[in-house]
Amino acid sequence: MAQALLEMRHITKEFPGVRALSNVDFTLHAGEIHSLMGENGAGKSTLVKVLTGVYPRDGGTVFLNGKAINPKTPKDAQDCGISTVYQEVNLCSNLTVAENIFIGREPRKFGMIDWNTINQRAAELLAKLDVHIDVTKTLDNYSVALQQMIAIARAVDVDAKILILDEPTSSLNEEETAHLFKIMRQLQKQGLGIIFISHFLDQIYEICDHITVLRNGELVGAYETAKLPRLELIAKMVGKDLNEVKDMDNFAEKSVPSDEVFLDAKGIGAVGKLNEVDVQIHKGEVIGFAGLLGSGRTETAELLFGINEINKGSLSINGKKLHLKNPMNAMEQKIGFCPEDRKLSGIIGDLSVRENIILAMQAKDGILRHIPYEEQVKIADDCIKLLRIKVSSREQLVKNLSGGNQQKVIIARWLATQPDLLILDEPTRGIDVGTKTEIQKMAISLAKKKGMAVVFISSEMDEMVRTCTKLVVMRDRRKVAELTGSDISSDGVMKAIAGGAA
Amino acid sequence: MTSKLNQMIASKYFSFFVTLALFVILYGAGMAIYKGFMRPQVFLNLFIDNAALIIVTIGITFTLIIAGIDLSVGAVLALVCMVLAWLLANTGIPLGLAVLLVLVMGTVFGAVQGYIITKFDLQPFIITLAGMFFCRGLTAVISQDTIQIVNPDWVALASYRIDLGVGFISIGAVVALIMIAIAAIVLGFTKFGRAVFAIGGSESSAALMGLPVFRTKVMVYAISGFCASMGGLAYSLIMLTGYNLHGLGMEMDAIASSVIGGTLLTGGVGFIPGALIGVLIQGVILTFISFQGTLSAWWTKIVVGALLCVFIIMQALITEQKSKLSSKRSMEDNNNPPQAATAAQ
Amino acid sequence: MDMLKKFSGSSLFLPVVALSVLLIFNTLFVDGFLTIQMTEDGHLYGRLVDILNRSCSLIILALGMTFVIATSGIDISVGAVVAISAAVVCTLIGGRGDGVAEMPMTLAMLAAVGVGVLCGMWNGLLVAKFKIQAVVATLILMTAGRGVAQLMTEGQIITVYYKPFEYIAGFLPNMPLPTNIFIALAMVLLVAVLMKKTSIGLFVQSVGINPTAARYAGINVTMVIFLVYAFSGLCAGVSGLIESSLIRAADANNAGLNMEMDAILAVALGGTLLSGGKFYVGGSVIGAITIQTLTTTMYALGVSADQLPVVKAAAVIIICLIQSKKAQEMFDKWKASRHSQQKNDTKAVIGKAVKQL
Repeated sequence: MAQALLEMRHITKEFPGVRALSNVDFTLHAGEIHSLMGENGAGKSTLVKVLTGVYPRDGGTVFLNGKAINPKTPKDAQDCGISTVYQEVNLCSNLTVAENIFIGREPRKFGMIDWNTINQRAAELLAKLDVHIDVTKTLDNYSVALQQMIAIARAVDVDAKILILDEPTSSLNEEETAHLFKIMRQLQKQGLGIIFISHFLDQIYEICDHITVLRNGELVGAYETAKLPRLELIAKMVGKDLNEVKDMDNFAEKSVPSDEVFLDAKGIGAVGKLNEVDVQIHKGEVIGFAGLLGSGRTETAELLFGINEINKGSLSINGKKLHLKNPMNAMEQKIGFCPEDRKLSGIIGDLSVRENIILAMQAKDGILRHIPYEEQVKIADDCIKLLRIKVSSREQLVKNLSGGNQQKVIIARWLATQPDLLILDEPTRGIDVGTKTEIQKMAISLAKKKGMAVVFISSEMDEMVRTCTKLVVMRDRRKVAELTGSDISSDGVMKAIAGGAA
Repeated sequence: MTSKLNQMIASKYFSFFVTLALFVILYGAGMAIYKGFMRPQVFLNLFIDNAALIIVTIGITFTLIIAGIDLSVGAVLALVCMVLAWLLANTGIPLGLAVLLVLVMGTVFGAVQGYIITKFDLQPFIITLAGMFFCRGLTAVISQDTIQIVNPDWVALASYRIDLGVGFISIGAVVALIMIAIAAIVLGFTKFGRAVFAIGGSESSAALMGLPVFRTKVMVYAISGFCASMGGLAYSLIMLTGYNLHGLGMEMDAIASSVIGGTLLTGGVGFIPGALIGVLIQGVILTFISFQGTLSAWWTKIVVGALLCVFIIMQALITEQKSKLSSKRSMEDNNNPPQAATAAQ
Repeated sequence: MDMLKKFSGSSLFLPVVALSVLLIFNTLFVDGFLTIQMTEDGHLYGRLVDILNRSCSLIILALGMTFVIATSGIDISVGAVVAISAAVVCTLIGGRGDGVAEMPMTLAMLAAVGVGVLCGMWNGLLVAKFKIQAVVATLILMTAGRGVAQLMTEGQIITVYYKPFEYIAGFLPNMPLPTNIFIALAMVLLVAVLMKKTSIGLFVQSVGINPTAARYAGINVTMVIFLVYAFSGLCAGVSGLIESSLIRAADANNAGLNMEMDAILAVALGGTLLSGGKFYVGGSVIGAITIQTLTTTMYALGVSADQLPVVKAAAVIIICLIQSKKAQEMFDKWKASRHSQQKNDTKAVIGKAVKQL
């Protein structure tokens, strides 16, 4: 076999208390599209960050075309020929498309930037990728999909040998994804090595030649895509044998929804956020909002919690028509909401576990009706015990907890308000497998034992299949299907999302 | 109709045209009310009287574009006036050297502020606020009384007028206009200038794209310091004194001019010719007040403050409108393709 | 030992140490610094009383500023609002030479404080509703505010001859301490009660640390931010009463001059991060007294009021550097590298010794 384009040998990376990567090998050849697979926390992103110089590595060597390299910053990596395009595009939205491609290496004439050449070359470059847009407009005029293409154009033009695409498709629709794949194949032919990271198995099997699987920071193996059946891949990712994987589909008895309707939304939407969604939520029901990122599942949840105002359709709760102006309005209707981005919109990092837990309750009571300290302690301790939150004391700062325990604190915050409806948006993202199962089981038991309605949103299909009694499937910011009972299966959801069922 | 309006609002130069129109209207109103406005010299006086503010505004525009701020400019200007006056009064050094010294002093002071802000990741407004107090205090340490400048060359320079046929302008005004041109070129056509905009758009992206973020940021504050000291020289040419309270509150006038001229306080957007018009608008208002005769001088501060308010609020509303538009657009993008996709299947 | 360790880690450590150093310095170099005497009419006087007396308006300003900074904002208009409040109260009482008030003093005082609150609400509107950066929003009032005060006093310094007006910053008959100390005490107590009996602390900190998360937890972030600026305006209004009473006049140019810097410095010295989040009211109060002691000491050393900002600006920058996370990281790294070097050195020495044996 020809010499590998990139060889990473015995890569080790430690964070305080955790070994994120131990002794991982990774090989990429020129003209290859290689997928890096593994569950959240398996070490994919750490490996990429070591490669791109975001993190220094604690051990191991990296060879590019047989030469040892040691990039210390993303800029170093770029200079070596390793470019990354992230899901949230790292370009400047206030600059023009052309400038975003050429900034830092602008062609000049008489010492001055030669704008004509820049615009012309940018247009040519994008035309090669079959993108035809006005390059003199600022970047914020274009969709995320186009911005990614522009980022790729930049990466390719800076002489990249290796292109890393980190979850590029999570906010793209099908046509855009198809376009992206076309570009990837084109670049592959030019001899680039591409590392492709995605959650979507279909896409992996469509585009990748090789798959490297990581688990718990260790290498499971590298495989040819054609020789690795899907179930086997999943088994390798979760570290269980095939039969166990099949078993996981019904690991706990689901709840039985009552006939009583808690919330009824008819054709709700908001300009620029959501087109039109009908949802009926019953008491004692675990209802899932399925769909890709950007399909409208989070947007729907945010409308139900009053984070954005509904300006289309009607919403009634317990049979009463309502207009939710802010989260407090929703809280008054006994709704709780654990947001998708835990760090950004969930925890108050510098406050203690106790303060974080009583926050929503206190907000509900108002600023003047202060919950006495003794009562706060009792509530916090109860929650810590109930949800088995691992803390050194209830006064520990939330920012020092692990992701799973932070998530539990936010769930505790809402349970303390004794809601009738609890919305969990990606409650299991980025936390360890054990806690994941715990949270899923908790969602079911809340519905079963307390008759609470739970909205469960997750990117991981099997999670939804396991926990939900009803699935609302969304695409392009509208509802496309509703699945119940035996229709709920990974296959059914995939079909509905893909539009095959429609 | 509305879409055309929306497009106009979204345009880069929208705010510049609003400003230009406002200036023309104000000046037109002036001509209608006071005969004096008809004289070309009144227009040229706008440049003569506001030369210092124009120069200071250039520097502050740089800092605003990188989403920073420099509150120290007024105080640096005062310090420069004072040091120059003191050097000329108490030492025998030649005028040229004294001018050079104060320029270096201001630039270095700006660079030090920039270094502290960038190196230690501190908020620019705190550090430059401290810088403002530091320079004001230092000015008082040098002298608590006014120091007159009697250097004959400097006095001659101050009274020198360049005849333009319809009227005349001062050296300070010429320097200000030259600096406007240089700044516009630097921001529009050099690597450094574009890096400034990129940092204002997204600092982390700029770093990932390999731009020298640290160096550029320090240089921006150095430029602001340089402009403040250059402005100090222009101010000195008008006042011919060093005094503790020179340029008091000038940071707001400069920020206002910049913002009126289309600079976004959130960074990433700024337009030097717009900033010039921003200064001129303030100048016209001042002229109004002086022509009116009975209005007291502190009205200017209040009017400038009000103007700044109006423009910032307008900016906030435009930004909101723009983000609404773009999210709507991306929805439309998302809505059209599915048909094509299903057809492909 | 444990207590000492606990204390050195607490937020009060820095201001208390700074205050102690200043007090010791003064005790050693200023004659009769610690002496407190009583006059015939039962008033206490002495340098310590004087410092306390002078620091009252700063303490009150620092209270308001603490909440503003905790929400990761800033209010640099407080000095100008002090001038406006002073202008209002003095114009309303009037500068009649016969010592008669044109309006009842209580009413005039209420009006002045009310105008202060209005100013604060204006700032709050710009920051909370229009999302304008706090420093720019309050810069407008900082510069334009003095113009407003000038307009009210028509450019004059209005001197009030109405006797009771002196009581605000002077002695009420038969009281051992000046009234403004009691006013400051009342404001501090008010804030203490608010902190203890309401959830204002929790809400303000949440907003300062993570406004999005606070909103998602049901807190009305806009309202909280609006209120802290309004409260800062209230504090500035009250300070304006004291400042004008001290000189029995409204001086639009000089009332409250540079006080915004003192207030920010007091808050920072008190342990509240200028980037917002956790705040320490007690620290701010001690910080304010410390700043006033510093000012008095500097005056004693012959530094003029105009020159003083040099020292204070330097202090702000030093505190910023101490608070800066980046600087701490750098210091830790430096310490670690020195430590390992020392270790290596000892190793080398031991190695050498072993060889020699």
